[in-house]
Amino acid sequence: MFREAFEILTFRGGFNTNVVLLGTTLLGVAAGVVGVFALLRKRSLVADALAHATLPGIGLAFLAAIGLGLTDAARSLPVLLLGAGVTGVLGVGAIQWLLAKTRLTEDAAIGLVLGGFFGAGVVVLSVVQGSAAGASAGLSKLIYGQTAAMGTRDVALMAGVAGAAVVVALLLLKEMSLVCFDEGFAAVGGWPVGVLDATMLALVVVVTVSGLQAVGLLLVVALLIIPAVSARFWTEDLKKLVVLAGGLGGLCGYAGSAVSALAPRQPTGAVIVLVGGGVFVVSLLLAPKRGVLAAVWRRLNFRMRLAADHLLERSFETREPGAPGADNPAGYALDASEVAALGERRGWGVAMRAMLRLHVARRGLGRLAYDGSFTPSHAGLARGRSVAANHTKWEKFLHERAGVDVTHLDWTVDQVEHVEVAQDETNGEAR
Amino acid sequence: MSFSLALDLFPWAAATLAALCCALLGNFLVLRRQGLLGDAISHAVLPGLVAAFLLTGGRSGVAMFAGAAIAGLATVALAEAVQRLGRVEPGAALGVVFSVMFALGVLLIEQAAARSVDLDADCVLYGQLETLVWFEAPPQAGFAWLASPAVWSEIVAATPRQVWTLLVVFLICVAFVVALFKELRLVSFDAQLAASQGIRDRWMHGLLMTLVAAATVAAFEAVGSILVIAMLIAPAATARLLTDRLVTQVLVSLMTALAAATLGYAGASSVPAWLGHAFAGRPFPAVNAAGSIVVIAGGLVFVAALLSPSHGLVAKRLRLLAYARRTALDDLLISLLRQELSGTSPLPAAVWAKRAVRRATAAQLIDGQDPPRLTDAGRARAADLLRAHRLWETYLVNEADLAPDHVHQPAHTLEHLPPTLTPDAPATATTDPHGRPLRP
Repeated sequence: MFREAFEILTFRGGFNTNVVLLGTTLLGVAAGVVGVFALLRKRSLVADALAHATLPGIGLAFLAAIGLGLTDAARSLPVLLLGAGVTGVLGVGAIQWLLAKTRLTEDAAIGLVLGGFFGAGVVVLSVVQGSAAGASAGLSKLIYGQTAAMGTRDVALMAGVAGAAVVVALLLLKEMSLVCFDEGFAAVGGWPVGVLDATMLALVVVVTVSGLQAVGLLLVVALLIIPAVSARFWTEDLKKLVVLAGGLGGLCGYAGSAVSALAPRQPTGAVIVLVGGGVFVVSLLLAPKRGVLAAVWRRLNFRMRLAADHLLERSFETREPGAPGADNPAGYALDASEVAALGERRGWGVAMRAMLRLHVARRGLGRLAYDGSFTPSHAGLARGRSVAANHTKWEKFLHERAGVDVTHLDWTVDQVEHVEVAQDETNGEAR
Repeated sequence: MSFSLALDLFPWAAATLAALCCALLGNFLVLRRQGLLGDAISHAVLPGLVAAFLLTGGRSGVAMFAGAAIAGLATVALAEAVQRLGRVEPGAALGVVFSVMFALGVLLIEQAAARSVDLDADCVLYGQLETLVWFEAPPQAGFAWLASPAVWSEIVAATPRQVWTLLVVFLICVAFVVALFKELRLVSFDAQLAASQGIRDRWMHGLLMTLVAAATVAAFEAVGSILVIAMLIAPAATARLLTDRLVTQVLVSLMTALAAATLGYAGASSVPAWLGHAFAGRPFPAVNAAGSIVVIAGGLVFVAALLSPSHGLVAKRLRLLAYARRTALDDLLISLLRQELSGTSPLPAAVWAKRAVRRATAAQLIDGQDPPRLTDAGRARAADLLRAHRLWETYLVNEADLAPDHVHQPAHTLEHLPPTLTPDAPATATTDPHGRPLRP
C-alpha cells in the first residue's frame, strides 16, 4: 500500500496514472491562480453558475456535430468544450444583464442562470439520449468528470491553459489588484476596468471549461474557490496569495488524483475536492494570524490578562497607599472569600479560575492558591499599582474631558481601563 | 396534446406540487437575498441521503428525510461558521461548504454502487418522473374522469407515496407561511425591527431552511434537485418583477409555478412530438420533464423582466420615450413663445426637433408654416409652461437659496413636471428673479 502510494506520488505508477496526475496538478495550479481573482471580485458563485451553464453547450455542440454528419467531431473533446464555453459565457452574460436591467439581486440572478441553464442542459441531454443513443455516453462524464478518459492531448491542453492563466495573471497582477481592491480608483486612473474584468472572467471560463473532464461541471467551481479561500488564511499579500493558491490548487489536484488512483471506485473529481476540503479545514484552523485556533488563543490570552489585572488591582487596593509596610506583597493578600466575590462579579467559572492560576504563576504575578486565596508577588504588586493608576487617569479624563457623569463613571471606565494611558500631567490629554 | 390518466396524472401532480412548495418558500429566500442557500442545500443533501440509504439499506422515507435534513441544516450552519470564524466572503464560504458536501455525496454513491445498491446521482439531479406511471389506471378518454366520483376514489387509492409526501410537505409549507406571515414579512424586510419586536430571526431562518431541506428531499425522488434549485428562485423572481406587494407576490409566484409546471410538463412530450411530425414525419421522443419545467420557469422570468407593467424593460423604455416626447414638445412651444416675446425674427422649422414640430402641428399647437408660429391654443399652453418656469425660478431663489444666475437650468428641467407640482407664486412678488413678469 505505502509502496504503491509512493510509486504513484513519484510518477512511477504507470503511464496513464502519470497523465492523470500531471493533468489534474496543472489544472489545480491554473484554477488556484485564477480563483484568487474570482474570490477577490466576489465572483465565486458566478463561477458556479458558469460551470452549470456549460451543460446545454456540451449537448448542443454534440447535436450540431451529429446534425452536420461529423460523428468523429461529436466525440471529440475540443468541440464539446467549445460549446461549453459558448453557453458558459452566455450564462455569465445573462447574470450581468439581469443585474443591470432588472431589480433582481445577485443571488437571484446567479441562481436563475445556474438553475435555468442547467435545466436547459438536462433537456438537451435528454434529446441527445433520445436521438442518438449510445453515441452520447461521453457527455454525462463531463458532469461528474472522468479522469480515466484523459489522454496526453488533454494534459497538453491543461498545460497550455495553466501556463496561459499563470502568465496572464502575472502580467496583469498590478492592474488586476487595482481593479480588485479599488474599482473606482482604477476607473478614475484611466485603467480599462471593463476590459480587465472581462479578462478575469475569460480566465475563469477557460479554467472552468478545461476542468470539466477532470472534475466535472458540478465540482469544478470547488477547484476555483477552495485553494484561493484557503490561501487567503495564510497571507495578506496578493503576490504571495497568487503563488500560494496556485500551489495549494496543484497540491489538491496532485494528492486527490493520487489517492483516487490507489483504490478503485473513487471518482477523481470528488476526491480532489475532498482533499481541497481538508486543505481548507487545516487552513481555517491552523493559519497563524487569521486561523481559528490563533484567534481563540489570542482571545484567551486577552481575557487572562484582563482577569489578572482585575485581581491585581483588587489586591493593590486592599491597603491605603503609603501605609507602613506598603512594599511587602504579603500585606496585599486576598483571602478566598474576597477572590470569590471578585470572581462572582466578573463571572469567572471553574475553568477560568484554573487558567488564571496558571497565568499568574507563569507570569510571576503572584500565587492563586487552590484554597482560593491570592498573594501577589513584587511584580504583581507593581502591575496592580499601575492598573489602579491607569484606572484613576481614565476616570479623571472621562469625567473632565469627555463629560461622563459621575454616576456613570464606574461602568464607563470599566470598558476602557485596560487601554494603557500615557498621560500628560499638565492637560490631562490621553494619547 | 392528450392527457393520459395512466401516464400523466401522478408525474404532473408530483412536478406541480414540488414546484409550488419551492415557489412558496422561495419568496422569502429571494427577499432576504439568500436564493443561493436553496442551491447549496439541494447540492448538499446528497451525502445525507446516501448515508441514510447505506445505513438503513433501503429507501426508507423517514431515514432519508432525516439524513437529508441534517445534511442541509449542517451546510447552512457550517457556511455561517466558516463565514464568521474565517472571515470568508459569504458566497465563497457557501461555495466551499456545499461543493465539499456534494463531493462527499458523489464519493459515497460510488462506494454504494460498489455494493451494487440501486442509487445514482443522476436520479438525484434529474428525478425519475416515469417511476410514477400508474399502470392499473382505468381507461379514460380526455378529462371525463374529472366528473366521475368512482375514478376519483380510485385515484386517491392509487396515489403513490412520493405524491403524498409532496402534498404533505406542501401543506406544511402553506401552514408555515400562513401562520407566520406577519413575522416572515418583518424578518424579510427589516430584520432589525423584527429583532426589536422579539422575533427570533435565527428561529425563523432555521424553520425556513428546514422546510427548504424538506422540500428538496420530498422533491428529489420524483423530480430531482435541479427543479428545486430553479423553482426556489424563478417563480419568486418573476413575481417580484410584477408586483411590490408581498401578498400579491406570493400568490403570483404560486400561479407562475403552476403555469411553469403544467406548461413544462405538457411541452416535454408534446413539443418534440409536434416538431417530429413537422420535420421528420415521426414523433421525437419526449425530453426530460423536470428540465423543461425549469426552462419554462426561466423563460417566464425573462418575459416578466421585459414585459412587466411596472418594472419591465419595455414599460420603462416607453415611459422614458413619452417623457422625452413631451419634453421636446414643451421645449418647442416655450421657445417659440420666448421668440415672440423678445420680438426676434422667427427661426426656420429646420432648427426644431422634426418630430416635435410634426406632433405640434397635428395637435394644432403651431400653424404648420415655415417658420412655425404658435396658434392660440399653443400660445396658451406655452404661456403656462413659461409661467411654470418662472415660478420654479422664483421658488429656487427664495426657498432653495440658489443664486439667480444658477436657476435657469434646474427650472428648465422642473418646468416639465405635472402642473400640480408647480409652486405657488409668493404673495408679494409679481416678477421672477430676472425681473420678468410671473404672468407672461
